[in-house]
Amino acid sequence: MNTRGLRSQLKDSVPVAGMCPQGAYGVQDSLRSGFTSVKNELLPSHPLELSEKNFQLNQDKMNFSTLRNIQGLHAPLKLQMEYRAARQIQRLPFLQSSHLALDTLRGSDEAIGFEDILNDPAHSEMMGEPHMMVEYKLGLL
Amino acid sequence: MATLTVTRPPFGGFSFENSKRNAVLEGNASKMGFNLPPARKTGTTICGVVFKDGVVLGADTRATEGMVVADKNCSKIHYISPNIYCCGAGTAADTEMTTQIISSNLELHSLSTGRLPRVATANRMLKQMLFRYQGYIGAALVLGGVDCNGPHLYSIYPHGSTDKLPYVTMGSGSLAAMAVFEDRYKPDMEEEEAKQLGKVDYIRPHDEANKKGVRAHELEAVHPTGDYKYKRGTTSVLSKVVTTLDLELVEESVQTMDTS
Repeated sequence: MNTRGLRSQLKDSVPVAGMCPQGAYGVQDSLRSGFTSVKNELLPSHPLELSEKNFQLNQDKMNFSTLRNIQGLHAPLKLQMEYRAARQIQRLPFLQSSHLALDTLRGSDEAIGFEDILNDPAHSEMMGEPHMMVEYKLGLL
Repeated sequence: MATLTVTRPPFGGFSFENSKRNAVLEGNASKMGFNLPPARKTGTTICGVVFKDGVVLGADTRATEGMVVADKNCSKIHYISPNIYCCGAGTAADTEMTTQIISSNLELHSLSTGRLPRVATANRMLKQMLFRYQGYIGAALVLGGVDCNGPHLYSIYPHGSTDKLPYVTMGSGSLAAMAVFEDRYKPDMEEEEAKQLGKVDYIRPHDEANKKGVRAHELEAVHPTGDYKYKRGTTSVLSKVVTTLDLELVEESVQTMDTS
């Protein structure tokens, strides 16, 4: 189930400065993120950060628009329908899902990149709090 | 009540969490006069020449850390596929990881197509990856190989631009090597001539003592990059126990592969 409340979708897209400090208990984590400043929260810490975050999205957009130009509107429409279906088969938000169907559709099951070697989510040492994450996903938070 | 934060699902790849902290640390450290340790660069000369039936790749074997030689005999010619090899200059770790990733991708790709990979494919993969990271991956590469269309040689810069040329040099010693090439290159050389050209023969006087030589790599008949087998008897054998296993053949099935 992939119902996201409107509030949680908005929260993802608009960065709010100074409202949610990143550390535990809501206190600024000076050791990891340095001193607070509005500029720090708004600007990305590394020039590549934004482009890397949106990389998969931009790749997909580019591929779809090329496909539309070559084969007509039906091709990206059908593919996007399959993407949506594949994206709905996930585990609960705090558990790691393998995205196997999505990978097969994108063709990234036959490619190795830095996302498979560095910071493999399957080996991540932190787990989100189950109740909070499910409530966030459903938009109840 | 303290606000509880919800962590986003972790995604793989590069993590920029610490870059703000590192910037602050670097600023503070330089104020106090300390220098943070730099990434190890290769301090290299690498070159490649196309001759009549193939490609010769040459590289020196020294890795430096600032003004100090870190490794006298490091291997800068990396395997990409049985018919394609790549020399790497720049940050040593970047060239290693990049060539390994591309080698894996090319292997998967060739298994999928069922054909020997082409040098142009490797070039395109490398170029797209390096451009994606906007030059932050400091890998300058000389890619050479032989495929169904003949011998090819490419030079790839850290920001993602590539050149397809008959002779290329990269690295900090590239100017001197290019001077030698410009002087002595002729099109359609024989194999021996090309090897002679590729050997770096402009050694500085204080390097004579430390010269480990250049490993030229000829790609028509493929040789492994070095032989690391010790002679039998190097390590003395103290005791030997032989246990025979009595196994009987239960079932044998033969599956022929369609290698077309």
